[in-house]
Amino acid sequence: MSDTPHLSRRQLLRSAALVPVAGALAACATPAPQTPASTAPGAAKALEVWIFDGGFGHKYATDIHQPLFKTKYPDVAIKHNFTKEITKVLQPRFAGGNPPDVIDNSGANAMDFGALAQDGQLQDLTPLLDMESWDDPAVKVRDTLDPAVIEIGTYDGKFSVVGYVNYIYGIWYSMKAFKDNGWQPPKTWDDFIKLCETIKKSGKMAPFTYAGKHPGYALDPILVTAAKIGGKEILLNLDNLEDGAWKAEALKESATRWAEIGAKYLMEGTAGLDHVQTQTAQNKYQVAMLPSGSWLENEQRTTTPPGFDYAMFPVPDVTGSDKLPHGALHTQPGENFIVPAKAANAKGGMEYLRAMLSKKAAGEFSQLVSTVPTVKGAGEGMQLSTGVKSASDAYAAAGENTVYFRWNAWYLQLKDESAAATGELMSGRLTPDKFLERMQKKADEIKGDSSIKKFKR
Amino acid sequence: MGVPAAAVPSWFQRHRRTLFICSFLVAPVVLYLVYVISPYIQAFQISLTDWRGVSGTPNFIGLDNYRRLFDDSVFWKAVTHNAALLVLLPVVTIVIALFFAFLLNVGGAKGTSGIAGSGFYRVVFFFPQVLAVAVVAVLFQQVFRPDGSGMLNGPLMALGVKPIGFLSDPGIAFWSVLGVMVWQAVGFYVVLFSAGLASIPNDMFEAAQIDGAGRISLFFRITLPLLWDTVQVAWVYLGVLALDVFAIVWVMTDQHGGPDFSTTVMAAEIYRNAFQYFRFGYASALGVIMFFFTVGFAILSLRLSRRERIEY
Repeated sequence: MSDTPHLSRRQLLRSAALVPVAGALAACATPAPQTPASTAPGAAKALEVWIFDGGFGHKYATDIHQPLFKTKYPDVAIKHNFTKEITKVLQPRFAGGNPPDVIDNSGANAMDFGALAQDGQLQDLTPLLDMESWDDPAVKVRDTLDPAVIEIGTYDGKFSVVGYVNYIYGIWYSMKAFKDNGWQPPKTWDDFIKLCETIKKSGKMAPFTYAGKHPGYALDPILVTAAKIGGKEILLNLDNLEDGAWKAEALKESATRWAEIGAKYLMEGTAGLDHVQTQTAQNKYQVAMLPSGSWLENEQRTTTPPGFDYAMFPVPDVTGSDKLPHGALHTQPGENFIVPAKAANAKGGMEYLRAMLSKKAAGEFSQLVSTVPTVKGAGEGMQLSTGVKSASDAYAAAGENTVYFRWNAWYLQLKDESAAATGELMSGRLTPDKFLERMQKKADEIKGDSSIKKFKR
Repeated sequence: MGVPAAAVPSWFQRHRRTLFICSFLVAPVVLYLVYVISPYIQAFQISLTDWRGVSGTPNFIGLDNYRRLFDDSVFWKAVTHNAALLVLLPVVTIVIALFFAFLLNVGGAKGTSGIAGSGFYRVVFFFPQVLAVAVVAVLFQQVFRPDGSGMLNGPLMALGVKPIGFLSDPGIAFWSVLGVMVWQAVGFYVVLFSAGLASIPNDMFEAAQIDGAGRISLFFRITLPLLWDTVQVAWVYLGVLALDVFAIVWVMTDQHGGPDFSTTVMAAEIYRNAFQYFRFGYASALGVIMFFFTVGFAILSLRLSRRERIEY
């Protein structure tokens, strides 16, 4: 009897009233003052990992990376998590001052790196670069990585983002479709137009398409073609928000050329289809070519018919006096891993990255998800699929002539504007001049907005 | 101590009734304060900072966000879309719903019952209301597909007509959004108006018919005036729906409110600024503006709907 808790009506009401108050204090939308986490005592405690469950899934983490990490740290309890909604799940954790230890901050719902960097939320990973690599104590981690990873992962002079996959962009086609019809991947713009004409006249399929709902796919070849015509500084100027960067002659030339493709050679309905629908159309041999990146083959794994044999070619030569030679290529490290600066076990997080960057882990990863890793030599001796092989070959052939741009990751407002404007350009509602004018206007707007943190490269 | 307790009622006894009532009010009022009022106040507070959502120490920047907002062409575009919806959505929905409700209840040949099969239609009209908004949005993406697999474009293309970019043509996309919203809302208002019609005494219709009223004058002379209260309620509901539309736009349209921002609405811009650009301070400022629009609409509609009731 005496053990039974007695709860009078008033007590009940009082506690009922207090519950939401307590809940509200915990669930406050306003940021709580954060105390920096105590210095991490090495990797020997729990490690919380969050993987973006996108095109690569998350199995690679549990099947490859975590077992490898465990070989050195058997006592660390890994809390493995995955989501498609990185921002929704993790932004409150940052605001609350208790972010996890390793995050694969990727996908359409990734957190804005600019915001994270601006608020000092990214762990400086320079120490990781100077550690000995997992495989070989004589080699530093820095020397196992594609140099672009370090360049692109640096925010405010601090290396803080590890791009794990080398995305190689190009125009993708089916080797089978090209072989069966006697078509050749074009080297020059004239060849490209001729090829489009031939395909169109053949009536077998449409020449070209892109993910109309996400016009960023079409912007990529426009920018790379411009860089090819006018040199790497075209893209550098865009990134640095230089005055008049979007008005460069090379950009106009390129936009004009691609707008012509948009006007004449697109698959019917392109503007209203997304990447899955257009890529599936290509798998069904309804369209010959589309711009995409080296993730494409894996993304389409389930819908690609046998013998389709993906391959890609770089953007064609345009003027005959292009600044960059044939084969110039857009490559960019992606699938971005970070360690939050306020993570409880930031040191453990870095160790996890070190394990990931081993040759073994990167190699098995690249084979599992058919892609090109950023760890040097990780693909050696692996059985490569045609698409990965084609992309790797193009990458090797490009040598020094690889280009990239970062404004779309730094200034998301500009990225959204570019998507809107590119869609209008490709469907003929904006002239190349108006398109570039619009981009320049938005870039100027961002440059003049003191609330947006600026980056330089 | 010396005073007898019964002579002067204690404080507790004097306020017993009040305390009893308050004890019941405490829980809902606290819930409301904590989950409704306090977020509003916090939004005002956050809107005066440059908070980017990840740090614990936002800086106070005064009214900068509000100043910035006046030059935000995309946001003002969103406002005009909301304004257009505020006018069009109630008008179109109410007209269609009234028409259907009339046919289902008194539109039959005899004038006092519905047309044939009205029981069946009553259920069918309500179907869209049962579906979640996200489901409707994904469904209509397929309906509007611009190639041969599209439910609307497939037949068109079979007839040799060029496919229509229901969602990909900036000139058409907004109308597609409006169409879907009307499609989803009509069912509910058919039911609402049917209930209103049911409460109108049947002898009124019979009397009017004996006087020789046809269906049309029956509708405009009897049905509509007696339903006026219900129509006003519907107007307010639909107005609120038009002001805070979000999911259908975010899920269904290309580039979340595109193409080229042609379908974006206030709530979508708030979401975009908060959860994509990580400008929580600025997004809160947009939220505050939206708050005032909504409150303004509520006050206006309350004022306008103060009107004598028709007693019957």
